[in-house]
Amino acid sequence: MNKIFEIPLYPYTRSPDQDAAAPVRRKVVVVGAGPVGLAAAIDLAQQGVGVVVLDDNDRVSFGSRAICFAKRPLEILDRLGCGEPMVEKGVQWNVGKVFFDDRQVYEFNLLPEQGHRRPAFINLQQYYFEEYLVNRVRELQAGGAPIELRGRNKVLSVEDRGDHAALSVDTPEGEYALEADWLIACDGAGSPIRQMMGLDFVGRVFEDNFLIADVIMEADFPTERWFWFDPPFNRGQSALLHKQPDGVWRIDLQLGWDIDKEEEKKPENVIPRLRAMLGEEVKFDLEWVSIYTFQCRRMEKFRHGRVIFAGDSAHQVSPFGARGANSGLQDTDNLCWKLKLVIEGQAPDSLLDSYDVERIHGADENILNSSRSTDFITPKSEMSRIFRDAVLDLSERVDFARPLVNSGRLSVPCTYDGSPLNGPDCEAMPPRTRPGSPAVDAPVGGGWLLSRLGDGFRLLTIDAEAPEALEEGGIAATRLALSARGAPELAERYLGAAKSAVYLVRPDQHVAARWETYDEAAVRAALNTAAGRARGGTP
Amino acid sequence: MSTLTTTPNIARPDDFYAALLATHEGLSKAESDALNARLVLILANHIGDVEVLAQALELAKGADQQA
Repeated sequence: MNKIFEIPLYPYTRSPDQDAAAPVRRKVVVVGAGPVGLAAAIDLAQQGVGVVVLDDNDRVSFGSRAICFAKRPLEILDRLGCGEPMVEKGVQWNVGKVFFDDRQVYEFNLLPEQGHRRPAFINLQQYYFEEYLVNRVRELQAGGAPIELRGRNKVLSVEDRGDHAALSVDTPEGEYALEADWLIACDGAGSPIRQMMGLDFVGRVFEDNFLIADVIMEADFPTERWFWFDPPFNRGQSALLHKQPDGVWRIDLQLGWDIDKEEEKKPENVIPRLRAMLGEEVKFDLEWVSIYTFQCRRMEKFRHGRVIFAGDSAHQVSPFGARGANSGLQDTDNLCWKLKLVIEGQAPDSLLDSYDVERIHGADENILNSSRSTDFITPKSEMSRIFRDAVLDLSERVDFARPLVNSGRLSVPCTYDGSPLNGPDCEAMPPRTRPGSPAVDAPVGGGWLLSRLGDGFRLLTIDAEAPEALEEGGIAATRLALSARGAPELAERYLGAAKSAVYLVRPDQHVAARWETYDEAAVRAALNTAAGRARGGTP
Repeated sequence: MSTLTTTPNIARPDDFYAALLATHEGLSKAESDALNARLVLILANHIGDVEVLAQALELAKGADQQA
């Protein structure tokens, strides 16, 4: 049994805030030290915005939980200074196998596109993920960054007072009052903050139970994702086998709706199921067992005055497609630079409403994809089962049926088409880097484009002239000058049919606008648009 | 001789599949069967080519026998 989740990584210590005569006002308070809360805090702190993280616990997640982290979140973690340890520890995989009944129907290879720093996915236990984020918090603290992590600080009440949020917080030494200019609620699907504020969380309940078993085994299973529809060892249901670091395997067995959860979780019931799946001769130890049900739902709005929801507290999906933690990291990626501009008075408060527009778009995409996967895995009617089985049957013999097989559409980054922050597009350039898209990585001069972009507004020029920096209403966009000569991936991904390019890139590395050549007035207008200032007006 | 397309040919397969299931939603099994029969006839007429249709019939038959 891995011991990391038994060690208090951020034990309770008394804060001077607890002894203050009047409630202390903090710039930003983050509630929840899971992957999303920690990412938010790191993002703000490394940009100099003071942040306090409150968590009712003092250690990393119990059990492996979220295990699949996609390319875009890894790129965000690179920007946060902690992508490397994750990728080093994580397991990379490209091959998947699909089984139906007693046979393999096909095999696929994700064949990742070349010329990216990060792989399409890694598998990594959530406890490692959180541990590396906590390490990054410690590193920032050592460098003097304004970030605090308070363990065993449980929020008891929250009130939005218009220009700040007021909290009461319980600790092992009693309660204290705390105020925050802005509160980010990253307290999970059951979000106590959401409940205290009496906010809706509506969506669709899926009547199904899934058993997760993490087992340690010395087996010759290759590093692949195996998915079974209706296998002999779990009739009428599905099963998934996926590798994690340290010889740990994630096994996910669908159990159906009418089951006794406590009974099913007992080792004497779990072990025979696993034997039937893995074979009688395979030796394994159970590390962690859990049974979960899920819903696909989201809040109507993620921003409520001074309180902003991110991650599972704002939206919840089925686990198929790895869209939970991955989308939560994209939430904070989207939110933190906006919050910084608002806090520093460089953008109007209404810029935060674009967080709602952009991330609700992302949440809806994730809910749609994960609902469709769930409907394929668990057909709702006799006719959908007939179609599902027909697709699987045909997939063994003809290629066309394979894209219809849906055991989870793995998380891809969200493009904010139609966002109010988007500026002009240039038709000659490739659609994949249109305004609203996350910048696509490419090798440039011995390094990587995304590392060079960093986390401010950037004017990326490719074989185009432009000033080294441009300032508009207190916001600076600095130039990154590149050439397409000797950089075929850069040319393919950013130029297309154009001879040259000027891209305005946001601090979250999403494209704001693009042109073939530099036009100062156009760039200034796009910068104002991207910062949520009135189009063409003065801030 | 014309050849049946067996490589992926639908631009957004998930959208199509969802639309297919949505068309059946709320129908009884008998109604769904009838809808499927109409759909086969409509698509067959659209294809028109008897050689292609013969290959499609063979492919469908083979897959069915394996189940």
